Amino acid sequence: MKKFSLFIIILLSLNINSSQADEIELQNKITKNLRCLICQGQSVFDSDSDFANSLKIVVRNKIDEGFTENEINDFLIQKYGEWILYDPKFNKNTYLLWLLPLLIFLLGGAIIFKKLIKINK
Amino acid sequence: MKNKILSFLSILILIFVFTTFYKGLEKSNIYEPQNSLKKIPEFSMMTFFESKEIYSKDIFRDNDFYLINIWASWCVPCRDEHQFLVSLSKNNRLEIIGINYKDNYKNAERFLIELGNPYSKILVDKDGTKAIEWGAIGVPETFLVYENKILKKIIGPLNSELAEEIERIVNEKI
Repeated sequence: MKKFSLFIIILLSLNINSSQADEIELQNKITKNLRCLICQGQSVFDSDSDFANSLKIVVRNKIDEGFTENEINDFLIQKYGEWILYDPKFNKNTYLLWLLPLLIFLLGGAIIFKKLIKINK
Repeated sequence: MKNKILSFLSILILIFVFTTFYKGLEKSNIYEPQNSLKKIPEFSMMTFFESKEIYSKDIFRDNDFYLINIWASWCVPCRDEHQFLVSLSKNNRLEIIGINYKDNYKNAERFLIELGNPYSKILVDKDGTKAIEWGAIGVPETFLVYENKILKKIIGPLNSELAEEIERIVNEKI
């Protein structure tokens, strides 16, 4: 019985550790996608500015409160606008950004395909 | 014929690229967040002098103007804009609320003794998380609030023109 309870305790503590690690991983994932608005070319994760440090704490607190990644992103978009995300969402302002590479890829493929057919003939 | 089309196309592309980059040169790189934040955030914060917790709904009443000013004693532009806050504090339709950002109590107190205290309330933001609730990116930053809505947001220090504009907005509504 003693052994069993010890086992349970160890299992529980491991579980807590792993959930903490998950939270840190999630925090890093979110802050890597956030633009540090007062430093050029750095993410919040990379930056050590006052603004970035505070934002890290905010993200941390939100995770602790049970917010999901999307909810945290929406919260920050509401405060700072879409610009804060490095990975822009798909909407009417950004559809060209998302679809243009695909279109160019298809166009290039079509040209190559046509040439190949010509050569084969 | 084909060569002509090709050279014409390449010139066209060149012109397009040139104008795009040329236009890009004129655009300033300094980004100001366009926030969709129109209503004031809900928060609870500690007060500076009494160290008591206070809720946002107990601070803001309708029909009154509030100027939320985020400041710190270590921030040099805050020192410059302080005289404008002091003169604005004489307007009794406007209540100035300070948010003391990542500061040391002793230094902040000395700052107020030296330059005057225009604030009716000072709230403390030790780790900068409350400033984020307001959508602020640093110090100083100032928000003009009326009926729980943000009328105007000023990033950076106040100057005489901005102070006059605030005064005008407040006086117009009377």
